[in-house]
Order: sequence, then structure tokens, then C-alpha cells
Amino acid sequence: MPELSYREAVRDALSQAMRADDDVFIMGEDIAEMGGSMGVTAGMLDEFGPERVRNTPISEMAIAGAGIGAAMQGMRPVVEIMYEDFTTLAMEQIVNQAAKHRSMSGGQLKVPLTIRTQGGAGWSPGAQHAQQLEGWFVHVPGLKVVFASTPTDVRGLLWSAIYDDNPVMFFEHRTLYGLKEDVPDELEPIPIGQGRVHREGADVTVVATGRLVHEALAAADEAEQEGISVEVYDPRTLLPLDEDGLIASVKKTNRAVVAHEAVTRMGFGAEVAAIVQEKAFDWLDAPVERVGAKFAPLPFAPVMEEFVVPHKADVLEAIRRTVARG
Amino acid sequence: MAKVERKTKGTLSEDRLRDFLREMLLIRRFEEKVEERFRAGELPGFLHVAIGQEAVDVGVCQAMDDGDVFASTHRAHGHTLARGTHPNAVMAELYGKIEGCSHGYGGSMHLYDVERGNLGANAVVGGGLPAITGAALAFKLRKEPRVAVAFFGDGATNIGTFHEALNLAQLWQVPAVFVCENNHWAESTPASQQLPIEDLSKRAVAFGMHSITVDGQDVEAVHKAAARALKHARDGKGPVFLLANTYRLVGHYIGDPQVYRDKEELQETRETQDPIDKLRERLEISEADFEELDREAHELVEASVEFAKAGTDPKPEDALKNVYA
Repeated sequence: MPELSYREAVRDALSQAMRADDDVFIMGEDIAEMGGSMGVTAGMLDEFGPERVRNTPISEMAIAGAGIGAAMQGMRPVVEIMYEDFTTLAMEQIVNQAAKHRSMSGGQLKVPLTIRTQGGAGWSPGAQHAQQLEGWFVHVPGLKVVFASTPTDVRGLLWSAIYDDNPVMFFEHRTLYGLKEDVPDELEPIPIGQGRVHREGADVTVVATGRLVHEALAAADEAEQEGISVEVYDPRTLLPLDEDGLIASVKKTNRAVVAHEAVTRMGFGAEVAAIVQEKAFDWLDAPVERVGAKFAPLPFAPVMEEFVVPHKADVLEAIRRTVARG
Repeated sequence: MAKVERKTKGTLSEDRLRDFLREMLLIRRFEEKVEERFRAGELPGFLHVAIGQEAVDVGVCQAMDDGDVFASTHRAHGHTLARGTHPNAVMAELYGKIEGCSHGYGGSMHLYDVERGNLGANAVVGGGLPAITGAALAFKLRKEPRVAVAFFGDGATNIGTFHEALNLAQLWQVPAVFVCENNHWAESTPASQQLPIEDLSKRAVAFGMHSITVDGQDVEAVHKAAARALKHARDGKGPVFLLANTYRLVGHYIGDPQVYRDKEELQETRETQDPIDKLRERLEISEADFEELDREAHELVEASVEFAKAGTDPKPEDALKNVYA
């Protein structure tokens, strides 16, 4: 079992797909010689050449749109939007074009496009380089949305995203790129729409995404010291959502906490809470607790940034609150 | 009328031009019928016709090869018909029927016919341009001798997608042709209030892109210019900006009272700039011959309405199909 970092796992999935398939190519800002702002595509220019590892101008509409056009011709482009914040510039192309060609054409067209992007706080870039915007995209029929939290998951899910016939928004978390773990020798595709129980427990289910999966696992260890048994569930795919897996976990523990780094209000967790009360109301012993960022643009000063985004302690508090409800 | 083949170098045969006239008449009669049926309350939605711009539709689309693709605009009936989609399929789409070219999912502003290269009419101004750069990139990467064509209006040259798509296309030298149908109006806003320059080809030249300007009311000229542009792109010499100066002889949408437009000037434009009148004069076609062509067009259009009305309504729950592939 080789050890790969989250960064290397992304690169490995891209490289394996490009070795196997001429229709896969990548484009984005600074991805060639520089290897991307996060170093994810480092070395790929040397292996695959400038035709398939394409530096682009700073033109998010054209990056997304050119990906759409190539995908409509049957290629499987993977485009990189350097920061999630910059997906706002490509929103029209993603929401009005990529997501809707299939339906508007009455099923004539497919758009097998993967849009990789990354974000996340913890390094004080301020308000425009660390937002978590995945919640905006789960509202759009026609898109799929993936947010992987481990090297194994990110590798297997990226492969599936590339080979999905639909546009996939693929979210990576900046602070996870250095995270290492042993991954399977052979890349094992992970189906889109399948959640993962990271840790089994009996008293409360924490439904967490991205960095908060790791905060939740740490909180679960502490809760165990207090005699609370926590199950940590990572949906991995936000759209489509593995509702069966989610509900099965909640029916077992009878309590739920949702945790993400994005702003709590109208976030992905709000939808999870709604689904849980619709499908497991009679099993719930307490209201669903929500953990997320406070309702403020990310501030620069480290003490303020730290205050706005959620951490292990916030998850632990929510676990305690829900258990205290009896 | 006796057939006299014009042998002037570079001109099209009279037969070919008669075909163009037939196509232009079909588009004109089709759109007039659409307007009539909309006003009669039979057609749902938001409809835009391109009466006056038929020479661009036909001149460009007839110059394209099988395998070429295009993206259209909210004013898409002409491009779609000129590229060979049957009027029955277009009319059925406007009636929201399964037999429509987008199977009732698209409507007038989202006509598709992928088999004939129609990658979709777009209701977002400039929305289709980046995908044309991308489709052309795919052709280049796969070394296929195909060209991707974008239609858009003068208004679209003010939106970011235009600049990003043309910049990238020129940078990567992809086989694309960007056809600007300059009808001098962005909805109700005249060029003087939305464009700080008169010659829009300067916008393409700024990217270093090859540009061709043509009289968009002269179908023969449009066809020749489009053929040159397509060849340039197909030969790997890079994308081309094709500026066709044309006239929208009607409102922005069906029902537009055009309060913003000078009535006398519009009347004069109609009398002097109708591309069908121009081609008719060019061909010196007799009244009887013209009426025969016109009768054919009317018959096709009437038949398309009958076909559409007899079409199948989708089931409401069909809305949930085709969300994902």
C-alpha cells in the first residue's frame, strides 16, 4: 500500500486517466510549468506535454466554457478554477450552460466535464481566497457535487468524476493537501453518490464534509472520553446525496449534527437537517444541530478568522448539546 | 424565365442562388407564421424573430460542412432551418411537443439539433461563445477537419464571454468562426448607446484575429465571406471574426411596440434593405417564378403548423427526465 498525500492522490487520478485515455486533458491558470497554485499538477507538463496540460489566461468564463465545448464533443476535460472564490466568475457558464445543456437539448447532449477547485480557511488570505461555496452548486439540477476528505477518497472519486457523463463540481480543501495515508495499490474508483462511515458510534451521528470530517473525528475521540459514542459520516458526494446511508446512520444513533466549514445559514447542512427530519423524524431524540462558519465574510486577522470558522471544539459542543437533550 | 447561367468568376450559379432564395423565403414565412400564431395565443413563451437577417442565416449555414457545429442565439429559427432542421421539428418545438427538435424541453430560445451540428440556441447573450472555442479546441486536439461557428449580435460584443472566448480562440489558434450579426440594436438600445466604436471588427483585430466584414443583406457576399472564413479556420490558420452588417426589420421580441425606433427610418430600411428583395432583383426572377417559390414556402410552413398541432404533448413528469445523462 503506497502512501500518498491528498495532493498526490489528486495528481495520481489525473495522471492515470490521462495515461489511459487521450480524451482526458487538463487546463487552468498556472497549472503547467508552475504545477498549479497548490502544486497539484506539478510534473504533469513533463509527462503529458503542453497540448494536454494547458495553461490558460485568467479567464474563468472561458476556462469553464471551453471545457463545456470540448466535453460536448465527447472529450473528458478536467478544468481547474484556482480558488473556489473564482467560480463566481464562471457561474454563468456552470449554472446556465454546463448544468442545462442535457435538459435543454431534450437529452441530445452530454457534458462530461470535471471542474476542480479548492478553498478553505486557516491561512488568513482574507475574504476572497478561502470561501467554501459548495452549497451554491448543490442547488442546481444537472450538476453533481463532490467534496472528498481523504487521499483514498479524493483519488477514487476524481476518477469517477472524470468518467461521469455529467458536469461535476469537484471540491478540494486547501488544508488537506498535505494529509497522507496509505492508499490501495490500484486506483479503486469510488461511486459518486456513496457516503462513508468513518467511525462507528451509537449515540450521535456527525455528518461532516471536507476538513470538518477530521475535526469531527478528533471531536469524537474526545467525546468518547466523556462516554459519548459518536458515528462520523462523510457523504463525500453532496449531489446526488446518499440519503439511504445518511438516514440509516441517524436511525441507529437517533441524533444528528451536521458540520461544514461553509457558512451555516442556508448551507449544505440545512438540507441535511431537512432530509433527516423528513425521513427520520420519529427516530430523532433531539433537534439536528448545525456547525458551520459564522455569518461574516472571512476576515484577515488570524484571531478573527479562527473565530469565524468552525473547529473541533465547535463540533464537540454540538455533540454535547444534542446528547444533553435526553 | 429562360435560365441564363452567370459565368462571372467567383459568383454562385443561379441554381444555387435560387436555392438560397427558397431557404430565405422559408425562414421569412416561417417567422411570419410564428408571429401570427403567437399573437393568436397558440405559442407559449418568449419569441424573437430575425426578419431582415435571413441572408446571414443562409449565407453562413450553407457554407458550413457536414460535421461543423454551431451555437446560436435567442434569435435562432433561421440558423436552425438554414442548417437543415426540418420546419416541422422547429415548429413542433415552439408548440412544446415531443416531436420538436429539443423534444419540448427547449423552446424557441433553446433549439438544438446535435445531428446537424446545432449545439443549442442560447438565451444568455454571449453564453454560447466559450463552448465554441472549446469545441474547436476538441477538433484541433483530435486533428479533425471541422470548424465550430458561433452566432451572436453586436450587443454580445460588450459581454465578458465574447472577449474571453475570442482571446482564448486566437491564443490557441483553434478552428472557430465568430459570426457577429450586427443588426445595430441590443434589444431596444441603439449602437450609439452601447458601443463606443463603430467598426466592431476592431474588437477582433485587438486580439490579433483575422477579420472579414461583409454586407449582411447580400446572401452571395455572405456566403463567399463565410466560405473564406471557414476555409481559413479549417486550414489551421486560426479563428476568424466575420462581421455581417445586417438589419433587424422587426422588434426585439414578438409584440415589441418599438417605441424606441423611428418609424419612418424603419420603413425606409424595410424598403431598401430587405435581403429577399435584393436577391430577387439580383436574380431578375419573374413574378410568376417568385410566386411559385413563395407558394412552396407557405405550404411547408402551413404543413409545419399542422404537424406541430398534431404533435404529442410531453407528460408533466417527463420534466424529470434528462436532468442527468
